[in-house]
Amino acid sequence: MTEYIVLSSILFTIGAVGVLVRRNAIVVFMCVELMLNACNLALVAFAKQHGNLEGQVAAFFVMVVAAAEVVIGLAIIMTIFRARRSASVDDASLLKF
Amino acid sequence: MFVMSTGHEIPVIHPESADGVFSLMWLVIALPLLGAAILLLGGRFTDRWGHLLGTLMPIGSFVISLLMFLQLLGRDAEDRQIVQHLYDWVQVGGLNVGMDLLFDPLSSLFLLLITGVGSLIHIYSIGYMAHDPRRRRFFGYLNLFVAAMLMLVMSENYLGLFLGWEGVGLASYLLIGFWQHKPTAAAAAKKAFVLNRVGDMGMVSAIFLAFVTFGTTSFTLISAKAEFASEATMTALGILLLVGACGKSAQVPLQAWLLDAMEGPTPVSALIHAATMVTAGVYLIVRSNFIFEYAPDAQAVVVIVAVVTILWGAVIGCAKDDIKKALAGSTMSQIGYMMLAAGLGAAGYAFAILHLLTHGFFKANMFLGAGSVMHGMNDDVDMRHYGALSRAMPVTFLTFAMGYLAIIGFPGFSGFWSKDKIIEVALGESWIVGIAALLGAGITAFYMTRLMLMTFFSEKRWDKDVHPHESPAVMTVPLIVLAALSVLGGVLLLGGWIVDWLEPVTGPEVHHDLPLPVIAITLITVVVVAIGVAIAFVLYQRREVPRTAPTDVSFLTTAARNDLYGDAINDALVVNPGRRLVSGLYAFDRGGADGLFTGAAASVRAIGGQLRKAQSGYVRSYALSVLVGVVIVALAMLAVNL
Repeated sequence: MTEYIVLSSILFTIGAVGVLVRRNAIVVFMCVELMLNACNLALVAFAKQHGNLEGQVAAFFVMVVAAAEVVIGLAIIMTIFRARRSASVDDASLLKF
Repeated sequence: MFVMSTGHEIPVIHPESADGVFSLMWLVIALPLLGAAILLLGGRFTDRWGHLLGTLMPIGSFVISLLMFLQLLGRDAEDRQIVQHLYDWVQVGGLNVGMDLLFDPLSSLFLLLITGVGSLIHIYSIGYMAHDPRRRRFFGYLNLFVAAMLMLVMSENYLGLFLGWEGVGLASYLLIGFWQHKPTAAAAAKKAFVLNRVGDMGMVSAIFLAFVTFGTTSFTLISAKAEFASEATMTALGILLLVGACGKSAQVPLQAWLLDAMEGPTPVSALIHAATMVTAGVYLIVRSNFIFEYAPDAQAVVVIVAVVTILWGAVIGCAKDDIKKALAGSTMSQIGYMMLAAGLGAAGYAFAILHLLTHGFFKANMFLGAGSVMHGMNDDVDMRHYGALSRAMPVTFLTFAMGYLAIIGFPGFSGFWSKDKIIEVALGESWIVGIAALLGAGITAFYMTRLMLMTFFSEKRWDKDVHPHESPAVMTVPLIVLAALSVLGGVLLLGGWIVDWLEPVTGPEVHHDLPLPVIAITLITVVVVAIGVAIAFVLYQRREVPRTAPTDVSFLTTAARNDLYGDAINDALVVNPGRRLVSGLYAFDRGGADGLFTGAAASVRAIGGQLRKAQSGYVRSYALSVLVGVVIVALAMLAVNL
């Protein structure tokens, strides 16, 4: 049991650090997916431990949301790349004070 | 009803309801009011015939007034009070005021004066305002004024009187400021309005007090209940009414507006500031005789105010070079005489009204004459630019001379009878008051002679391109009628007619013991007047009159040229402290009250301005703040749960 949680934590941390330090939008996006999947792993592990299905159902919801998010996110990234010839998240910083 | 304190009978009003020709009473007010409505609402459609309609209305009122007056003459003295109930006006709780009109010997004389002199001035204005593009509006305002003044003198209760009182104030504001494009005229109108409001405060308070004391504002009911009120209440009522009268009648200390009011067109000065409106205060006091008779202290205050005003106005009249302002100073002084007579109680009421009527004739005459002179002199008002006009304007000169002889009290002319009687009554009251009145008569003779000499005699001092000419007939005919009235006004005193006529209103005449025989007083008065004339003759006919006013003059002359510093006194006592108070309040409002709110808003704005910087546009910094937030929340939950 502990192994799953540790793995989940490691994956989540890698994802979070990736979001914070990487500039390429695609990589940031992948890191977000990594965090979501780390959560899924934790949910499923806890569901197994408690012996009910609620955690697994929640994991399915997360997957559905992640899939939808991928569709929209990739489309946005594509558009930004077309407009700016760059996929760096720091370049798209016009919306500010 | 016999009252021991004053020792004579104070009449109670017991009117009869109107029938016959008296049922037309309401038309007297309604006609000019209708004229005003048509002229002011009709707009430019009425431009071509508006002045004719405006003139016909007061003439119609005059005809009705005359018919009613003749009818009244035929009645017995005790049947000469007629009331017409038009409709219930105000009915709130205990306050029940009807729109009632009272026609009695007092209001009948006022009606004839207002509509008669008013009609003549309307006719004169047709010529005087011929070239003014807003003439139709002028006639609308004049009609409004006449209607308000008639309401004032015909109302049977104080509330209706106050309605007319305010209407007159409004109309005078509109007429003084008629040439509103001149800043001086606009300022003068505002000044008259504000000073009149001060007087109105007294008037309103008096009405409140009367209602609290008697439960009514009707003259009939108050006069019946007057003897049961305490003397302190009556004194307070009298003083408050006097404050109102001071405002309207330009008595010291509310006198400052009258001189500036000369900014209006000259017919306005004649109608409002000589013949009618300024006499409203005198009317108020005579009408309220049933209050003043029970308040000897208030009467004493009236006498003091009147004596101060007589001399105040006369001194101002001596120094003014502006012909209209000199006449305005004289108006102030003459109204002082009326107030004096009214303040002297039953002995003087009739003579106050007599002087009011004769003054209405000769002062309207002289103001219109002054307007005629200005008409010929390209609207120049400075008497130092006149001189030797008796040849150029013979009709104006002759009519003006009649008014002049009347006002100085030349024996036989109307002013002689009325002023002489007032001086006589004043001497009967006390030496000091009598001598002050006598002195006033002397000064009057001086300044009027000065005005006469500077305008019509001495040598020409005209501007280069001025060609004096006589005014058209539409202006000179009213002058001739008024001149005739100025000469003949004294007939009202024949056989003591006016005293008997007013007896139902003011009570029987009271005779004081005179310190001198009547004939001696008359002789002294004539001598004093002659001295005044002689001094003026020496100063202004024998010597050359400089074209510009000399500057090396005595302190008194400088003071009189500045209206005896009336404005400065008002400024020092009221205006400047008021200004300081307001600017203090303004500063507190800005710094204190507004500061609290704007300060709070400004600090929120400043903090927001700093916090705004966090919105940097870098997604990764947002992500970091989200992460930090999550960590903090997680740690907090751990801390709570462990």
